[in-house]
Parts: sequence; structure tokens; C-alpha cells
Amino acid sequence: MAVDAPERPTAVRADIARADSRTKIFNRVCAGVLIAFALIWLIPIAWALDTAFKPNEETTATRWLIDNPTFDAFGRVLRDTDILRWFGSSLIIATITALGVVIVASMAGFALSRMRFKYRNVVFWLVLAGIMIPGQVLIVPQFREMDSLGILNTFWAVSAPQIPTAIAVFIFKQFFDGLPRELDEVARVDGAGFWRIYRGVIMPLSRPAISAVVIFAFVQSWNDLLWPLLVLSNPDIMTIPVGLATVQGSFGIRYADVMASAVLGAIPLVAVFLLFQKNIVEGIAGTGLKG
Amino acid sequence: MSTTETAVRPRSGTSESGPVSKPKSNGLPAFGFLAPFLVLYLAFIIGPGLYGLLMSFFDTSLVQPGLGTFAGFGNYAEAFQSSDFWAGLWHTVWFTILTTPPLIILAFVFALLADRAKHGRWFFRLAFFMPYILPSAVVALIWIFLYTPELGLLDTGLAKLGMTAPNWLGDPNWAMPSLAITTIWWTLGFNFVLYLAGLQDIPRDLYEASAMDGATPWQQIWKITVPLLGRTTTLVVVLQVIASLKVFDQMYIMTQGGPNFATRSVLQYIYDEGFTNFRTGYAAAASMLFFVVILAVSAVWFGIVRRQQKEA
Repeated sequence: MAVDAPERPTAVRADIARADSRTKIFNRVCAGVLIAFALIWLIPIAWALDTAFKPNEETTATRWLIDNPTFDAFGRVLRDTDILRWFGSSLIIATITALGVVIVASMAGFALSRMRFKYRNVVFWLVLAGIMIPGQVLIVPQFREMDSLGILNTFWAVSAPQIPTAIAVFIFKQFFDGLPRELDEVARVDGAGFWRIYRGVIMPLSRPAISAVVIFAFVQSWNDLLWPLLVLSNPDIMTIPVGLATVQGSFGIRYADVMASAVLGAIPLVAVFLLFQKNIVEGIAGTGLKG
Repeated sequence: MSTTETAVRPRSGTSESGPVSKPKSNGLPAFGFLAPFLVLYLAFIIGPGLYGLLMSFFDTSLVQPGLGTFAGFGNYAEAFQSSDFWAGLWHTVWFTILTTPPLIILAFVFALLADRAKHGRWFFRLAFFMPYILPSAVVALIWIFLYTPELGLLDTGLAKLGMTAPNWLGDPNWAMPSLAITTIWWTLGFNFVLYLAGLQDIPRDLYEASAMDGATPWQQIWKITVPLLGRTTTLVVVLQVIASLKVFDQMYIMTQGGPNFATRSVLQYIYDEGFTNFRTGYAAAASMLFFVVILAVSAVWFGIVRRQQKEA
């Protein structure tokens, strides 16, 4: 623009400067609006945290800071509920599920990406169909299945239907498709079979895909309510969401205790989130995974 | 600047063409690799799916072994005539209508604003995304507390502003909007992150070039950002509609489907029929009908994506 109009350089410069300052103001306003919303979004969590440190009698007064914050509510929840057991159950189930998903899905993804075989398209479409089936519509027959297998109220009953996750197969297949095939060729010339190519070449290069799938499978399994609610009726092995949903009514108006149990229930995943924030966010952005 | 150059999505278009390097078939080892997944998949997904379909034609009961007596299309006919089933479906659809537009528009606007921010993106990500990773039970406990009549933070806050709060979860007309508000707060972060990633894929020089031509930020948004985010929006909308249709947790914990069944979702209806009334066959039929609704949404999505790909 400045080149096209050499005879009026000052005016043009003034124009650009004005546009610049207008953009700057616009950006400031944007930032202000966004900060306001972000703070609104933080209020529920902050209020829950705040309430958990109050004595039960003072939770109804709408004051943020009280003079005598206390850990008593946490103590009562840890003593009076089975929350520590629920932690254990959730941890075991989510770990079994996440490991299971990574192992079976990466192997299947490897076959679909790297191997040639009859019925490959049939398998591909069969897996694709799995993405379309929401697990929730299968709860009735799956429950009967677990019942007749005699594994109700076991960790296996919770994990088994969560392990064959079709979308994870696709994530791995897509990722493997993006890895150069020359790597396999080199390994094959060295006499490596498929298993060694999978274990020794492909998987070590697939950390980003593995961590995305692990985190997702873990978080989803940890947060799932409907299915574990059905198959775990024994309070000893309930998961955190099932346990919290079951006892929530019994707290009555002891709000500090309720909030303490919510905070305790949230801590493990919030820790995971803070540690792996980048992987989680990039994983979502890359895959569009959703429960 | 952090690019979301995704590790997980090598972005070359999806190649379904298969391996090119080896002409020879590796049938046996291939099925060795596929077996663990396929066995579990057939045993716990496809198998139950077919079993559910079969069951939906029988008067199967939860407390009796076997399929029970053959019912033909009886279960389906009953579901079609059941006002409770239709009410459940309607509540689910109503919830979807209430949640989808705000979850798309707010997520888009927030992402747009965050994309312009030079500093503190981590803070916005934290604020908007953290709720998404909380278990539904935790979210429910927090919001039941916020919604507590008269004593909750929302009621006292609104009172300070001189407004009277509705009886959030207790009023049949307000219960569903209240659940929607909770859900928007809970899951917005997911769409926010999807949009943020989409925004970062738009080349910066497009903005610079248009700014040179004198485009205002407002024009840039409407003429560049919105059209280029078309595909992201299709993805976000479909994922959102499907996620909203599958709603169960919030109602189950926060309102138990009440007051007066005003918030009982179709999934909870299936749950109640199958596991409280032991009518497994009927619940399986209702599940199948619900499945058809979800499939229809997915089919529409496929159609739109096809068209977008043709245009591109």
C-alpha cells in the first residue's frame, strides 16, 4: 500500500497507526471479556474448595474467607466413608482398562496399517462400525452377559467392555500410517519379523499416540458412572463416581463434608491433568475423542 | 507460540488404501495381531449388540434365565405407545437443544478471544478445561450445593443483585435448564480446545494480508475465521449432539429424573425399565430405538462431511 501511494506516505502511516491502535484496543477488550468469563468458570471449583475447609456450621454464610479454616471435613470423610477403597478400585480399573486399550488397539492398528491380508476391508469396516455404537445402548445385554459369566462385582466386569475401543484402533492406525515405511524395510532386511517391528520400531516411535490413548482411556474409565453403577453393587469395590453418587444423599446438610468428598474425588484426575495438560489438550485436538 | 501440530494426527488425508510396500499376504500373523482386539470386540460389543437385538423380540426378564416367550414386535409396539418412552426421548432432545447451541457458540467465542490473547493461554485452558476432567459425580455434588435453595451461592449471589432465584432443581420448568447450565460449565472446555486447535491451523498471513487491505478485526472474524472453521464446526456439532443425547449422569445424580419425571432421560428410562422393573427384553427394544436415533445423527454427519470434502 505504501508502495502504491508514495506521494502520501505520512497519511498512510497515520492510517496504519490508527488501525494499529484500534486493533490494540480491540485486543484489550477481548482479553478483558475472556478473563471475566474464565473467573466465572473458576468460581464453582473455588467455592467447593473454600467450603471444604469450613466447619459444617459456617458453610451457609456466604463468606469466602473465614477465620478458622480446618481440615476436619476431610478427616470425617476419610473416616466415615469408604472413599479410600473407592480410590483403590478406580485406580485398578482405570489402569487395567488403559493398559488393555493400548495393547489390543495398537496391535490391531499395526495390522491394519502395515499388513496385507484377506478380509482386511471387512475388518476395517467392522471396526469402523464400532465407533458408531454407543456403549450405553448395550448395557442391557452386557449386564446379562456379565451375570451369566458370573463376574458381576469384579473389576473385570467393568473393564472388559471398555477395552475393545474402536476409536483407539483408528488413532493408532492413523499414527502408524504417518510413520515412514523405510523404517520397517530396514528392520526387515535385518531379519526382523512383524512382532519385532511392532515392539522394537513402531511402538517406541509412537509415544504421542500412546500417551494420548492412555490418558483418554484412563480418564474415561475413571469418570464412567452408568456401567460401573450397574455391575458394582458391592460397596467394597465401588469406583469413586459410583461411591460418591451412592452416598451423596447421606451427608444431608453437612455441606463442608460434601464438598470435601467432592474435592477428594477430584484430586487424582486434577493431578493427572496438571501433569499432562499439554498431552491431554493436544490429544483432544488431534483426535476429537469424546465419551 | 505453541502450535498444536498434533502428534496424534499425521494430517495427510486418511488413507484407506492399505500398505503398498508388500504385495505378499501376511494372513496368519495379521490375525495374530488382530486377535486380542477382535476377540474382546466380538465378545463384549458385537455379541451383546446382536444378543440385545434378539432379546428385543422376547419378553426377557432380568430375574429369569433364558429369553422368555417370543413377543415379535410387541416390545417395539409398546415403546411406540408408551408416553413415558416418548417423554424420556423428548427430555433427552430438550436437553440437547438447551446445551448444544451455547456449548458451540460460547466455546467458539472463548477460543476466538483466547487465540488473540498474547499471554496467559495456559490460564484460560486451565479455567475452561479443568471442569471437563472432573467426574460427573463431583460436578453434581458441587452444583447441587450451588443450587441449594436460599442458602446456595447462586441464590445468595442473585439476592445481592436484587433478584430472586428460581427453585433451580425443584421446579419442573427450571430443572432441565439448571442441568443444562451445569453441563455447559462442565463440558465447554472440550469444544474450546477443539476450536483452539482449529484456529491455530489458520495461516497467520491471511490475517496480516487482510489487515493490510484495511479489514477490521470484525470483518476478519466473519470473512476468514468462521468460513475456515467450517469443518471444525461440523465435528464439534456432531460430537456435541451425540454426547448430549447420551446424557444420563447429571439427571441420575442431581434430580433422579425428577421433579415428577420432568428430567428423566431416555437412557434413564431404559435403566429403570431394565434394572428396576426387570423388563430386560423391553429395555433392549427401547435401546435399539435409541440407537437408531444416534445412528441417524451420525449418518447426517457423514453426509455433510462428504459434501464438504467434495467442495474442498
